[in-house]
Amino acid sequence: MSWLSLIFGEKKATASVAKERLQLIIAHERASLSGPDFLPDLQKDLVAVISKYFPVNPDDIKVGLEKQGNYEVLEVNIVLPEGH
Amino acid sequence: MTTIITVTSGKGGVGKTTTSASIASGLALRGFKTAVIDFDVGLRNLDLIMGCERRVVYDFVNVIQGDANLHQALIKDKHADNLFVLPASQTRDKDALTEEGVEKVLQELAHQGFDYVVCDSPAGIEHGAVVALTFADVAIVVTNPEVSSVRDSDRILGIIQSKSRRAIEGREPVQEHLLVTRYSPKRAHDGEMLTYTDIQELLRIPLLGVIPESEAVLQASNQGIPAIHQKDTPVADAYQDTIGRFLGEEHPLRFVEYEKPGLIKRLFGGK
Repeated sequence: MSWLSLIFGEKKATASVAKERLQLIIAHERASLSGPDFLPDLQKDLVAVISKYFPVNPDDIKVGLEKQGNYEVLEVNIVLPEGH
Repeated sequence: MTTIITVTSGKGGVGKTTTSASIASGLALRGFKTAVIDFDVGLRNLDLIMGCERRVVYDFVNVIQGDANLHQALIKDKHADNLFVLPASQTRDKDALTEEGVEKVLQELAHQGFDYVVCDSPAGIEHGAVVALTFADVAIVVTNPEVSSVRDSDRILGIIQSKSRRAIEGREPVQEHLLVTRYSPKRAHDGEMLTYTDIQELLRIPLLGVIPESEAVLQASNQGIPAIHQKDTPVADAYQDTIGRFLGEEHPLRFVEYEKPGLIKRLFGGK
């Protein structure tokens, strides 16, 4: 704080902090509360299909929906067992 | 055609009842036959804000349960012709507001030729708040320039988009409007408070109006006269503009820019 603001008792401009925090939490909550009703089903279906070809654990397949700017990205992560 | 307007927010104490009372009164003053319903069973307050608390005989739950008919329960407003108040029950359980019961009452109001029905939602996202938005054609989301209110408004928007009849039946979605209340242009100007544009950017719904923070609101509720009747106050003017915009008129936003007080005003005070 500069000596000027010490004298005049300037208040901190905290509104921008509020806006940034809200942008993050609202985007996060929208993502987790809206779309992903179908994600567990999708995960189950993927496990069923992939285990036809590879022996996989249900836990080795991770499905997530992420928002990046104006796009929604469906991320599917499949870890194949070692020594395959 | 009856239009059902739900005034909602998620968070409590942001000005839902003040807004319901003023919007309903303003619509009635413009000649529309209007009913305003308190959905806050157990914590009714619309009757106090409207100044009709001593004339409550029957309530919303009485009508739903068939103990009284709608005609007996509707209270005619003293300040505006064409305006009727349906108070909430103070004693019953909030589950008494069944979806079928509420739908029946709304249909009967439509049958009686009401142009607008304003539903004053309780705070929260429980049964009462959900049933208040279930039949909405229009939602007015009341938001204060403050983090918890903005977050809760976003939450309630999600519920409107998933639990309203319009959403469930795949009809045209509920028209969502943002109403920023308790706004302080000076604090927003100084960077201490979210601006109305910040809030609109965050919630991404059209802005219907900005109601300034004002002493007039307490003076109105003290007397049981909706704030819109407080002639020549910024609050009343801002609510009038809001109603005009709702009806499709164009009104520039007022009371949102901070004007530095001139020397005379600073020396002699005054409001």
